[in-house]
Amino acid sequence: MNRLQEKYPTEIENTLAKYPPDQKRAAVMPLLYLAQREYGYISKQALQEISEILDVPVTEIGQLVGFYTLYHDQPGGKYRIQVCTDLPCALRGAEEFLEQLCENLGIRVGETTPDGLITIEAVMCLAGCDRAPLFQVQTAEGLTYHENQSVESAMKLIRTWQSIP
Amino acid sequence: MTNKMITLTIDGIQVTVPEGTNIVDAAKKAGIDIPVFCYHPKMKPVGMCRMCLVEVGRPVVDRNTGEFVRNEDGSLKIQFNPKLETGCTTLVSEGMVVINTSDKVKRGRKDILEFLLTSHPLDCPICDKGGECPLQNLTMAHGPGTSRFLFDEKKHLLKHYPLGELIYLDQERCIQCGRCIRFQEELVDDPVIGFSQRGRSLQIVTFSEPGFDSIFSGNTTDICPVGALTTADFRFGARPWELNAAASICQQCAVGCNLTLNVRREAAAGGKVVIKRVMPRQNEWVNEIWICDKGRFGYHYTEAPERLTQPLIRKEGELVPVSWEEALGFVAERFRQAGKGLLTLASGRLSNEDLFNLRKLSEGLGGKIALYTQMSGGEQVMQVGLAKESNLAELGQGDAILVIASDLHQEAPIWWLRVKQAAERGATLIVAHPRPTRLEKFAKHVLRYRYGDEAGLLLAMLNSLSAKRPALPERVSTLWRDDQVQAAAKAFAEAQNAVIFFGNEGVGLQASQALAQACLNLLLATNHAGRPNNGLIPVWQRPNDQGAWELGWRPLPNLDEAISQANAIYVVACDPAGDNPTLPLTPDFLVVQDLFLTATAKLAHVVLPALPFTEREGSLVNGERRVQRYYPAVPPRPSARADFTITGQLGKLLGIDLEDRLASKVMLRIAAEVPAFSGITYTALAYAPEQWPIIGREDLYYGGTTYENKQGIGVQLPNALQQGEQVTLTWPSLAQATEINGGLLAVPVTKLYDSGSTLVHSKLLDQRRVAAVLWIHPDEAAAHAVQEGDLVHLQFGEASAMATAILDKTVPQGVILLPRSAGIPLLEPCAAQLKVVERSYER
Amino acid sequence: MKRPYLLLRHREIPDLNDLTVYRQHGGFEAFRKAVTSMRPQEVIEVVKASGLRGRGGAGFPTGLKWSFIDNKNWPHYVVANADESEPGTFKDREIMEGNPFQFLEGLMIAAYAVQANVAYIYLRGEFWQLAHQLDRRIQQLHNAGLLGDRLFGTDFSLRIYTHLGAGAYICGEETALLESLEGKLGQPRLRPPFPPSVGLFGKPTIVNNVETLANVPLIIEHGAEWYRSFGTEKSPGVKIFCLSGRVNRPGNYELPLGTPFRELIFEHGKGIPDGKKIKAIMAAGASSALIVADDRALDTPMDYESVPTLGAQLGSASIIVIDETVSVDWLIRKTVHFFQHESCGKCTPCREGTYWMKHIVDRIYRGEASQNDVELLYDVASQMRGKCLCALGEFSIEAVLSAIERFPQDFAARVAQKEPAL
Ligand SMILES: Cc1cc2nc3c(=O)[nH]c(=O)nc-3n(C[C@H](O)[C@H](O)[C@H](O)COP(=O)(O)O)c2cc1C
Ligand code: SF4
Ligand code: FES
Repeated sequence: MNRLQEKYPTEIENTLAKYPPDQKRAAVMPLLYLAQREYGYISKQALQEISEILDVPVTEIGQLVGFYTLYHDQPGGKYRIQVCTDLPCALRGAEEFLEQLCENLGIRVGETTPDGLITIEAVMCLAGCDRAPLFQVQTAEGLTYHENQSVESAMKLIRTWQSIP
Repeated sequence: MTNKMITLTIDGIQVTVPEGTNIVDAAKKAGIDIPVFCYHPKMKPVGMCRMCLVEVGRPVVDRNTGEFVRNEDGSLKIQFNPKLETGCTTLVSEGMVVINTSDKVKRGRKDILEFLLTSHPLDCPICDKGGECPLQNLTMAHGPGTSRFLFDEKKHLLKHYPLGELIYLDQERCIQCGRCIRFQEELVDDPVIGFSQRGRSLQIVTFSEPGFDSIFSGNTTDICPVGALTTADFRFGARPWELNAAASICQQCAVGCNLTLNVRREAAAGGKVVIKRVMPRQNEWVNEIWICDKGRFGYHYTEAPERLTQPLIRKEGELVPVSWEEALGFVAERFRQAGKGLLTLASGRLSNEDLFNLRKLSEGLGGKIALYTQMSGGEQVMQVGLAKESNLAELGQGDAILVIASDLHQEAPIWWLRVKQAAERGATLIVAHPRPTRLEKFAKHVLRYRYGDEAGLLLAMLNSLSAKRPALPERVSTLWRDDQVQAAAKAFAEAQNAVIFFGNEGVGLQASQALAQACLNLLLATNHAGRPNNGLIPVWQRPNDQGAWELGWRPLPNLDEAISQANAIYVVACDPAGDNPTLPLTPDFLVVQDLFLTATAKLAHVVLPALPFTEREGSLVNGERRVQRYYPAVPPRPSARADFTITGQLGKLLGIDLEDRLASKVMLRIAAEVPAFSGITYTALAYAPEQWPIIGREDLYYGGTTYENKQGIGVQLPNALQQGEQVTLTWPSLAQATEINGGLLAVPVTKLYDSGSTLVHSKLLDQRRVAAVLWIHPDEAAAHAVQEGDLVHLQFGEASAMATAILDKTVPQGVILLPRSAGIPLLEPCAAQLKVVERSYER
Repeated sequence: MKRPYLLLRHREIPDLNDLTVYRQHGGFEAFRKAVTSMRPQEVIEVVKASGLRGRGGAGFPTGLKWSFIDNKNWPHYVVANADESEPGTFKDREIMEGNPFQFLEGLMIAAYAVQANVAYIYLRGEFWQLAHQLDRRIQQLHNAGLLGDRLFGTDFSLRIYTHLGAGAYICGEETALLESLEGKLGQPRLRPPFPPSVGLFGKPTIVNNVETLANVPLIIEHGAEWYRSFGTEKSPGVKIFCLSGRVNRPGNYELPLGTPFRELIFEHGKGIPDGKKIKAIMAAGASSALIVADDRALDTPMDYESVPTLGAQLGSASIIVIDETVSVDWLIRKTVHFFQHESCGKCTPCREGTYWMKHIVDRIYRGEASQNDVELLYDVASQMRGKCLCALGEFSIEAVLSAIERFPQDFAARVAQKEPAL
């Protein structure tokens, strides 16, 4: 059974329509996002399904997951907080921000809170250097930017997630 | 490809090479080595490893006149690029000056090597590649003396990572040259391994099931320039310098790939010399530098403990060991008695020398001979077979290749590869098959026909080309009007050179004769016979079927009858009773000569133990009619003898003059008697001209560890046309379609990894071996109430079998496909009745 | 007198990212003009004459690039490079958020100029929201008859699609971008052939940066001469300077090319916080050499010709300001980590060199290194120079070499101090 194909026929069709019919492989990145939305991460099963949809060998799909940082082959927190600590942000206190945020959450960079809600990660430049500290939040649904942050504002945001049942 | 030649200077040596050549190859032709890791002469350059850095200067061109600017002394003014360039990705240009030895170049290479070594483990002493490692060799030649990289900071990765059960990866040793990945993608269209991660973490990964799912995987271990990829067969088996090498020829199919068998005396084997690995040996006319995994891993039967060790004679119902003297004496006596009643049944597993002696023995006694085969057409091949002086590598733009009734990928992998490459060079590929095969992707014309219509299809092609249209049976009478048939026929007819490969999927023994004749007609009528790079190639199932035909062996149209009439039967290198348990094999006297105690041998009165190809000499004729010789690699087991020797010794006892000692002398007799072989000697077969690319010398980094061919590329036989004979076009009579009486047409198909008596000894291949299954179209399955996974009882005439059903949309309607050599006694297409006997409900 | 904005017009015109508003301000007239009254070649000539140079970093003349399109091989593609991943760069994002239609119009004119019927926008994966906004806007253009078949009753048809990357800096390099768009690992291709001959799906392709394209409608509307009235002779036009790091007012500043560093940093950026002194400038994000921020440097015009006189490049004009409190060994540790993380791994010097450098800078920063290690770092970086397959590897050593050459005292201090700081 192909869960992606069955659940998202229109999305898949629309995605494929973007590329020439003989270049279906180009649709692999959007479909990996779709798989991540469906499964929360990119499982072997998902790779198999994409391979079937695109008629591309599964290795040629699987190999991308490790290359691109926004794909995850392991489940993580529901919210992945990705703090930019690259040079420009670091010059504006991003590293301290990250450190304090970690302290507040009681986890280290790369770890997930015990309730499985939050994973915290340090990432490279997010193209928001003038509004540091900033982070993006990656969920199965997509990505949102949160700029000009303080630990207080970040914790406030996190609390809204925690209150969602 | 243009024929324009370019002259340049490399290290002061003037070189002239075709336009489009890169600097590395140009240098190689001039005898200058530019070190490479990622570049491989059989693949497109990628410029990744940056090892091949050279200084490049180009003549300065005057912008206004377009002419070269000259120095005062008249020489060309050369401008050097301040940066080093990668020789593998830089094409030569007129007047170019390349420097390969300056300090700058040396320094550049040392830098790159130092980078590579920062992450490379220094485990050469325990590495399989140690001794034949390009990285090791180049480090000695160009590398830094000491490491400035802190050992503690080295990246530690998995050292024994199975990419599959056949190939292991040492992630630490991998230098990310990508050769293996590119080989799989570019050359064999199996992109089942790839890079994942990035930067220093870049890794080879596979997600295929089973891992590294490719029938060519072993080749990556030859071209891997370090010890990162190793075969499960050879890993930690031995150090390369402890190995002796013997030239050989693969015996698994009709391609005849050139091999080198690496052997070593081993304490673990009781001090015996054993085969450690099978390597390809370069023959650009046959297998280039590749072999398939069946050839590489399928040799274990030659060393199987189950091999026959002594002559056996049936005494009081039991086969008991006897001396050779007794056995030969007994057999000679009974053969003499049988006289004309002797039937000798042998297969194309034997060498030319064996087959020649066997025929002579039989003739001397007035007996009959029969070739044990399910496919016919060898005579047509002798008439219009691929002409002498041909090389499939020369086919390309303007040429055509037709493949009919054969799944080359499974039946003759290296031909599949060579045909694919010809298509990629621009040759028009026509694939005619009742079901889709892996070659189709590269075809310009795909012709789908019904099993049984193969000869009719070719005749229809011919009909479409001319106004004179001989009548064809109704089933195929209007085919010639089909647009696709017409287009394919036209393309074939208009091709400069054209080759036909024909196989026997869905074709019985009789029908294959008609198919071969139809091939002959098409070739002859379109003037594609008798000149190099044209002609017919049979996809035989055994390595020397063609040799058997050349030496006068023919299949009998009614083998059952011949068997029942014979008084004595001499069965050599085949197992008719195993293949068909209903065969009435009960003559007065049955002798079986083989490697194993086959089903037929179990019925025999005398069993004679023969030697496998690894323990003796011999020669074979491949489907391209190239005669090639193989050499002994390991000493013969003392109790067994070569087939031609056994037959020769029987001859001696019977007063028939046969050579029983030297295969080379048998060849002299063949050459004297068989016109096509005229002039062929073992010396001629050992002729080994220089080949391009240059492979397997000191510079292993260039082509890999494939062996250089010093023992002969063989000799192609001239076909009848080339020998000045007349070949005429005759119309084959087409067989009636098989009656299926409400059942389904059962068609045996060849799978590379079968479960036949030789391959079962390679335990390594257990997971890939085909089981007793039947493939059926889902609609047909529904009509017969068959479900996926069902155990189905099959009845074909007298014979019956059980097989597990696999639903497969590519199977034509009205048909079931069954693997050959998987325990199902089906040799020819025939009607089958199905009955589900057991259903597995887990799912 | 204040010069009106050319690219960041949304800062003056509210709701410019609304199609109606954009059209009220003359939006898509340039596109209509090009398609209905100019031959493709004429469009290319005007852009050539304007002297517009690529804003993605390399500064290659845009019109010239367009003229290289191979007209013997079809179809053609245009790809907007919206990967914007160079640390310190955040201009394309502002354009696409604030003034998206001007960028889209530029992309459409480019497509017309090279007769491409399909254009892709490759956005870095992080621009997920932005991509969805663009998708909606592209739909609006379809509904308004500005995209689709037979535009303005001519034979020209055009479709635009967005494509999201997934977190890889290297995908900003145009050939890696094309590989990624084709669904492969984002690793650079060998060049030649260049994309205008062999690009996306093996077809002739023009890749341009978002900001580059945003200039195009204005050039078509007002002409090449008008455009040349901004900037310098060799670097005409305006540029968005991304100002970040230790300044009081970081942000995007649209200024004519040739504006001196001093004006950007001290007038527009309002100087350094806490009255600290400026120490160094990086002009092209993490890919820059460190410029010693002396008076000569501060008075140097920011254009493609002048910045190299300081031993650096203008690149994407991502100006990162470093003040006296920053030790450059800390700084290059950040840049080296970045490049190490982003190296695609395809070529040896970059893959191994960045990894090696990372270990050395870490040791230096941890205070576990000696002067020999600083020299080794310098060696390793020099050893990479000129040998990498693409510019990423070459960029990765710029900061390292210039830091060691121009700020030796920072290293000496760190080596002597033998314990981590900052
Ligand atoms: C490592 C690397 C990263 C790059 N990143 C970007 C980028 O994020 N955005 C961009 O527009 N150009 C980037 N470029 C430049 C592109 O390769 C290319 O030159 C540019 O897209 C061409 O457009 P332009 O001529 O309009 O500048 C990068 C180049 C390299 C070598
Ligand atoms: S495994 Fe071998 S061939 Fe493959 S990339 Fe690594 S070093 Fe190259
Ligand atoms: S870069 Fe030329 S051989 Fe690898």
